[in-house]
Amino acid sequence: MGNSALTEAVYYILLSLVEPMHGYGIMQNVEQLSGGRVKLAAGTLYGAINTLLEKGWIVALPENNILKEKGSRKKEYLITDRGKEMLRCEIQRLRELLENGNRILEQ
Amino acid sequence: MRKTVHKWFWVWDFDEEEKWLNEMAAKGLALVGVGWCRYEFEDCLPGEYAVCLEFFENRCNTVENTKYIEFLEETGIEHVGKLLRWHYFRKKTQEKNFRLYSDNVSRVKHLTMIIRFIAVLTGVNLYMGIYDIFVYFMFHNSILLLGVVNLLCGTLCGYGIVRLIQKRKRLETEQQIFE
Repeated sequence: MGNSALTEAVYYILLSLVEPMHGYGIMQNVEQLSGGRVKLAAGTLYGAINTLLEKGWIVALPENNILKEKGSRKKEYLITDRGKEMLRCEIQRLRELLENGNRILEQ
Repeated sequence: MRKTVHKWFWVWDFDEEEKWLNEMAAKGLALVGVGWCRYEFEDCLPGEYAVCLEFFENRCNTVENTKYIEFLEETGIEHVGKLLRWHYFRKKTQEKNFRLYSDNVSRVKHLTMIIRFIAVLTGVNLYMGIYDIFVYFMFHNSILLLGVVNLLCGTLCGYGIVRLIQKRKRLETEQQIFE
């Protein structure tokens, strides 16, 4: 599992959740981070959040920590240490891809 | 102003149905309600809304379905209505391509659910059709027309399954190369 690639959606969701964020916030943040290239659809995001919660890579924040803007009770999420570890592994894997690609193409 | 349109789509032609609903929205008619072969629209600004359909795994209003719809609503999506397991959503957006899934894995999973649902319909119709025709010819104790209709429905659903399997195969092939 340590060698498996994360999907682009999961990678950017984990990266977004270094700060507490709700679902719509994640969608906006991912689009902004990727310069408008990655547009997460809500259904895909919902599935990914549930899987990440099950795996313990992110947690849902308790309701008293949730910002109650205009009476809304949007659930917020945050990355866990395990999630951060997975992100670091992925960055290492991406670095390997990049270095190999550059090295071979530049020959 | 409210407008009702009656139109028929085969269950496997949900892409066509979605395309038509989006064309209506582009003309300034936003979907506000659905029923059996019935669509209700209200005036909106042309292109103000985009429409998307989704087939749910669970038929009833389960906690999971409610939680999912609430999540979608938090992202600005409106739940317009449902017909059996089909749910209709709309969103105020400039984007023409409003989708609930941005990844192929979820799209393949969604198609598989629809294929399974139609497979059950196919099986039931074929079984009833063959049974009725068999009983009619053996014991003259059944309605032949009913059996023929069941058989035709089963065959039609079978055709729908083939179409959806082809579509799923295209997505799976793409998935081998792209995420």
